[in-house]
Amino acid sequence: MESMLSPYRVLDLSDEKGLLCGRILGDLGADVIKVEKPGGDRTRNIGPFYKDDPHPEKSLYWDFYNYNKRGITLDIERKDGRKILRQLVARFDLVIESFPPGYLDSLGAGYETLKEINPNLIMTSITPFGQDGPSKDDKTSDLLAAAGGGLVYILGDEDRPPVRITAEQSYCQAGAQGAVASLMALYYRRTAGEGQHVDVSVQECMTWPLSYTIPFWDCLGQVWGRAGSFQKRAGVKMKLLFPCKDGYVNYRLGVAALYGRSQKNLVEFMNQRGCGFELKDIDWAGIGIEALTQEEHDRWVKPVEEFFMRHTREELYEASLEYNFMLSPVNSPREVCEHRQLAARDYWVSLEHPHLGESVTYPGAFYRSTETEWKLRLRAPRIGEHNREIYQDELGFPSAKMEQLKQAGII
Amino acid sequence: MARGKIFEGVRVVDFSWIFTGPLVTKFLADYGAEVIKIESPTRPDDVRSIGPYRDNQPGVNRSGVFPLYNSSKYSMCLDLGKTEAVEIAKTLVGMSDVVVESFRAGVMDKLGLGYGELCKVKADIIMLSCTIYGQTGPSSMQASLGMFFQSEGGVVEFIGWPDRAPVVVPNPYTDYHAPWLALSTLISALDFRHRTGRGQRIDVSQIESTPHFLGPALMDYLANGREQGRTGNRCDYAAPHGVFRCRGEDRWCAVAVFNDKEWTGFCKALGNPLWTRDERFSTLMGRKKNEEELERNIEEYTTNQRAEDVVKAMRREGVAASVVQNGRDLTEEDEQLRFRKTFIETEHPEMGNSVVQQAPFRFSGVSSDLRRPPCLGEHTEHVCTRILGISDDEFVKLSSAGVFG
Repeated sequence: MESMLSPYRVLDLSDEKGLLCGRILGDLGADVIKVEKPGGDRTRNIGPFYKDDPHPEKSLYWDFYNYNKRGITLDIERKDGRKILRQLVARFDLVIESFPPGYLDSLGAGYETLKEINPNLIMTSITPFGQDGPSKDDKTSDLLAAAGGGLVYILGDEDRPPVRITAEQSYCQAGAQGAVASLMALYYRRTAGEGQHVDVSVQECMTWPLSYTIPFWDCLGQVWGRAGSFQKRAGVKMKLLFPCKDGYVNYRLGVAALYGRSQKNLVEFMNQRGCGFELKDIDWAGIGIEALTQEEHDRWVKPVEEFFMRHTREELYEASLEYNFMLSPVNSPREVCEHRQLAARDYWVSLEHPHLGESVTYPGAFYRSTETEWKLRLRAPRIGEHNREIYQDELGFPSAKMEQLKQAGII
Repeated sequence: MARGKIFEGVRVVDFSWIFTGPLVTKFLADYGAEVIKIESPTRPDDVRSIGPYRDNQPGVNRSGVFPLYNSSKYSMCLDLGKTEAVEIAKTLVGMSDVVVESFRAGVMDKLGLGYGELCKVKADIIMLSCTIYGQTGPSSMQASLGMFFQSEGGVVEFIGWPDRAPVVVPNPYTDYHAPWLALSTLISALDFRHRTGRGQRIDVSQIESTPHFLGPALMDYLANGREQGRTGNRCDYAAPHGVFRCRGEDRWCAVAVFNDKEWTGFCKALGNPLWTRDERFSTLMGRKKNEEELERNIEEYTTNQRAEDVVKAMRREGVAASVVQNGRDLTEEDEQLRFRKTFIETEHPEMGNSVVQQAPFRFSGVSSDLRRPPCLGEHTEHVCTRILGISDDEFVKLSSAGVFG
């Protein structure tokens, strides 16, 4: 079965900022080659590690972000390495890189140089702030990109500093946006007849998941700030997180069209369990969000709080399905991995890892289609695993040359 | 430089609402696709009813949120409860390349606009469905919103402080995972169709997208049985790494020091105060061991500084730092975003002006072409008479019959 991107080849020179980009393209069927420094990439030192063994071939971080890629080693800081890079680039559609702006140019391996070899080449550069501008040489990290993009400011309890999402998001967002941008350039190549230099800014990626930050300032001249697990709507602080018997659930008092029906159904459930009768005859859907007062919210939420405290997440979740009201349990990693919807969709993929002597399970298909199938074809490459396939079989290097290059530390 | 031409000639019929689906189609529209949003006066896109509104005055064309997700699109009204409206929608699909929708599984089928029906009018149509749970499975009929799903999807567990309850994102955060995967798949499908002549029906869900943004944490559970948790702003392998209060109301800076060289730079940026020369802070391990004291010392300094000045000093010494930016910082102070023209003011007939936002990437040979968002039903007549070839008389008749709501 042909895949979405089967004719296309990608050279992935990137670090954390770009790994997910190449991975997504590999998932969609492109032939993605991860290029590492001889001896192994720095990102192999990022955990978690398989059974906590901090070995460069046992990084689960590496395994997750580099499946569906083959792997070669190449030192592009060496002149001979760059010569090989130029040979490779002639046979590839896309190069992904995340070096500091200007670095590849300084090596004579920047977009302007490489496009002389292959005018169809697309180079996607993912950097902290973009290729140009006052901040182009500044460093970033997950926390800083989230802070500079605006997400940190709106997150966290009011009595503590604003906070980031511990499970790092910034480089995932940049990688995913990088995939979109790369595919746009690839699509455009049909009309344009040539490639592009694609310039992705990690900071700009993190200005997207804000929703209300910009409108609050633009329309009201107000700074929209964190309110803990409350949503400030039309002057009312609405509670979003409710403790229950064995954890927390995410729920909101429902008024107006979208949420009102849900609220009615929750009240029905509560009434069936012998409580919440003071909420029984309220016309939830008819209350506009602008009409709701803080006093009403706090008064109506109290019986719900008490009710939730007497039930487990599972009980409340089951009830939300049966009675049709919107509520989500706060799930831990285990509960995500055991979610019945994902099990029913055969979401998790088990892949053999001979060098570990065991199989490892991975998150799987992010799309289903009537024509093509998302596949986990390859586990993440071991160091230099496909050197022979690429250098000998494809580029025709004789064994003697391979040995020479290896000994010189070029591959 | 060519303007907005990447998706020139691609027509999209967009039934999606709120954030996920509209983000997909907005990126297409900004780069030249003709995206026709289907709404109705009784059922406009819900985002039109989400404030803040321009001058705090509600109105379907006054939401400040709507423009961010709907730049460069057309708006057509159709009352899909009426057979004639569904027929018009089908005819439009017959002249289009892509359909995007985000209804719960089964709704499009019930409306008579399911994939099978649409294939009859356009054999190679590409239909993208973006939902929370997907088209099949025990949860597929369940109503939900990204606002709640962020908890179910495992994100909320990772937000906040280890000594207390987690904190939710005050927005449907997981609405910002799926669209990039959906868009990648959709653009690939367009390419696939070029090569094979075949369209397809694509099913993207939040529940299957979000795990790819929680990869390392989920892998730690899958391979090691360990459940990671929230750590405030700290990082296992860096110190200092956190958010520090600065001078002024709710002003903060974020700093991250990853190695000894950066630690030296950090101390220099602070003016080499005496406490930084304490042996205990000279190594990463030492700083981690004494992290509370480290952070207290830093904040004693930053509390008396402007966040901008701390960040400038840090960056000068090669240390990664950032102001914890709010809405005013992003749109009025940030020089880098101004350089990139991230936020663009466009003239708007009812709002005066509306702020639209660029995708976070630029191309060397083609620019975007961002236009203001459409008013509700602004292009119904245009689509009917100019694209569908409906005569003016017929259009009036259909209007009176309430086909356009």
